[in-house]
Amino acid sequence: MSDKLVAQASSLPVEPERYELFAAPVYDFTITRRDFFKILGGGLVVLCLLDDALAQGRGGGRGFGGAAPQEISAWLHIGEDGTVTVYTGKVEVGQNARTSLTQVVAEELRAPLSSVRVLMADTDLVPFDAGTFGSRTTPDMVPRLRRAAAAARESLLDLAAEQWKVERGTLLVADGKVHHPPTNRAITFGELTKGQKLMKSIGGDVPLTPAERWKVIGQSIPKVNGQDLVTGKHKFSSDIKRPGMWFGKVLRPPSFGAMLVAVDTQAAEAMGVTVVRDGNFVGVAAPTEHLAAKALSAIRAEWNASPQPSGKELFEYLKKNAVPPPPSPAIEEGLAAADIRLERTYTIAYIAHAPLEPRAAVAEWNEGKLTVWVGTQRPFGVRSDVARAFGIPESQVRVIVPDTGSGYGGKHTVEAATEAARLAQAARRPVKVVWTREEEFTWAYFRPAGVIEVRSGVKKDGTLTAWDFHNYNSGGSAIRPLYDIPHQRSEFHQTRSPLRQGSYRALAATANHFARETHIDELAHAVGMDPLAFRLKNLKDERLRAVLTAAAERFGWGKSKQSEGHGFGIAGGFEKGSYVATCAEVQVTHRQVKVMRLVTAFECGAVINPDHLRNQIEGCLMMGIGGALFEAVRFENGTILNPRFSAYRVPRFVDTPAMEVVLLDRKDLPSVGAGETPIVAVAPAIGNAIFDATGERRRTMPMV
Amino acid sequence: MKTIQLHINGVKRSVDTDPERTLLSVLRDDLDLTGAKYGCGEGQCGACTVLVDGQPVRSCHVRVEAVAGKQITTIEGLTQNGQLHPLQRAFLELDAMQCGYCTPGMILSGVALLANNPHPSETEIVRFMNGNICRCGTYPRIIAAIRRAAQMMKGGAR
Repeated sequence: MSDKLVAQASSLPVEPERYELFAAPVYDFTITRRDFFKILGGGLVVLCLLDDALAQGRGGGRGFGGAAPQEISAWLHIGEDGTVTVYTGKVEVGQNARTSLTQVVAEELRAPLSSVRVLMADTDLVPFDAGTFGSRTTPDMVPRLRRAAAAARESLLDLAAEQWKVERGTLLVADGKVHHPPTNRAITFGELTKGQKLMKSIGGDVPLTPAERWKVIGQSIPKVNGQDLVTGKHKFSSDIKRPGMWFGKVLRPPSFGAMLVAVDTQAAEAMGVTVVRDGNFVGVAAPTEHLAAKALSAIRAEWNASPQPSGKELFEYLKKNAVPPPPSPAIEEGLAAADIRLERTYTIAYIAHAPLEPRAAVAEWNEGKLTVWVGTQRPFGVRSDVARAFGIPESQVRVIVPDTGSGYGGKHTVEAATEAARLAQAARRPVKVVWTREEEFTWAYFRPAGVIEVRSGVKKDGTLTAWDFHNYNSGGSAIRPLYDIPHQRSEFHQTRSPLRQGSYRALAATANHFARETHIDELAHAVGMDPLAFRLKNLKDERLRAVLTAAAERFGWGKSKQSEGHGFGIAGGFEKGSYVATCAEVQVTHRQVKVMRLVTAFECGAVINPDHLRNQIEGCLMMGIGGALFEAVRFENGTILNPRFSAYRVPRFVDTPAMEVVLLDRKDLPSVGAGETPIVAVAPAIGNAIFDATGERRRTMPMV
Repeated sequence: MKTIQLHINGVKRSVDTDPERTLLSVLRDDLDLTGAKYGCGEGQCGACTVLVDGQPVRSCHVRVEAVAGKQITTIEGLTQNGQLHPLQRAFLELDAMQCGYCTPGMILSGVALLANNPHPSETEIVRFMNGNICRCGTYPRIIAAIRRAAQMMKGGAR
């Protein structure tokens, strides 16, 4: 694999990440059996076909009959009251997709923002979607919805031309109406679609409004449902209440891998609650959460625990269980050509997503059909998980995802859904399960820990000659350098993970950038070059050069005066189609590190919503500080030692540095996602700044 | 079970409950005031913050019995006559949120700060708000929103 990677180092396809690979669904698309208009009401419906379906010639035909429903990725409906509703399987977890999708539809339809509603992630109402991850909403869903809206606009023009018997070319669309300026007439979308049952399906060939004519895309539209959040009106999954609902709690093993041997539930049952024992699952449901917790604590269980790896042996464990890379003559050749050779090891701890809303679900059975309200990034994935657990068809499960209290890659699985459903089945009434913070810290999954070994060579003039980079366990995202290095190999090695691990914002791109950009800094110092100049000398990629230069310029790189105990660091990188560079200023006093200032330049193609993009970048910087400096899951023999906010420190107000964000808006390039990549350069920039301040190199995440 | 009188958002509410239960659970589960959120259950994150006699209180570890007869304000009671509190407006204007789960607790803590200190410095804001976690990391925006609300209120806005 490595030699090929070397050859393609600058062609930059998005690499699949093993923690986010999901097989195609076994799909039962119930909506085919329904009459669209019976569900949606009359009006106009535009179905968006998947781009790859078209490319592979599986779909193709115009009209609903010509395309299999699996190939539909979204649809848009204009109702008889003029309301535009977009149906998508994407979820809103704080990344502001609800707002950006509203924006792009309003743009192409020339309709007021207030007339556009985005219905997200209700598996009975929206087409299949693999999930909201990998920064795919912007590059995938945005163009599809733009095409749907543009096609709807064209249909509305057809309708108006027919109704008024005028030349189509004399009409224009603005403010949610079709206008005929010669006769000064206007008609609303609702009036046009009244009594209609029009349906069309579209592929990738619908022309879109060019960037220079955008009026809504590119604007800082405020969060569309912000009012509901500041007033407490919005109902998160954990806020859902159903008639007669009870509260559930689940008995957890004392350690990972422990098996239930015996259980005594008599005392709990005497409290008038429902107790379920089903295999290794033991849970209770009660009229109040308080009583459920009391009943749970009255259950006596005997577990058979088995020894588990501990944190103190983590990195040896990861190395020990991997196959070492074979020797590489090419790398040795590159190293031989170098004046200076460096060999370093970097480590990355497990960290927790700790979304402020823990896993939560409300389950309700109705004549064999199950409805679950749940916060997840994979509505259809959770539907499959639940259906499989009960051995029922997916069509018997409806998953509804209210806008969720964040995820960061941490809510791909939500076991609370199955747990609530099992308890609801037994209690014969709706049941809510909300994980405690301790459960969330223990029984969710973690960002993978990792060991990264780097060997490199550089000539005295600063030319890189060799790069041998081996990542054990973290993952392969962004593993390849964009630097021009003649002899290089970058490999991800699978091993065994002591803890359950999965996706996390930017996946392994954070670990790989930390090791790479720290190592590059070490090489720059080894040859006595300025770290920015060293990077630029070995880098041809124009987009990465642009962000590095922009961040450095705003930061005052090379000009800023250093005060006592302060240091400056820089790092840059590429992931998921976007480019980032961060400059950091830190203050180190008595081994305490404080991040004083972060300047980040970011480029993700054409910017859809500048303020929301800045918000995401700022959020990434804040979150990145945690992983860089202090976040780490501590564990011993199958138990988590710090499963509470009082023991697991996350960034707080006091950690907020001065932040500046420079957006490089490339209107000539397609928009890509931005909720992940800005996190990747934070840790190495901070580490490099610590070195600048102290002369001490930090090669571990967290660093203090 | 015990009958407890609560004064919430200017209204007297009587609840029959196990007095051991937390204020958070009674607000959310019995009174449908779900604006206060569960985040940690140990008073470490501030998502459950409500005002009791004007002071910010972590409702997740206060027994409901302990606040009987006191004036409780939740996020649902902050809007008066359909008008948002200046801090709610400032949060909207500055998009001082992402997922919004911490937002009610942030706003109520900020309201308490502004009531005690109408013109807090940045350092004072950071110190006062440090017990509230925003995992999305919108701290700079929340700080800016509190400052903007202070400005609005100086002009007489409520």
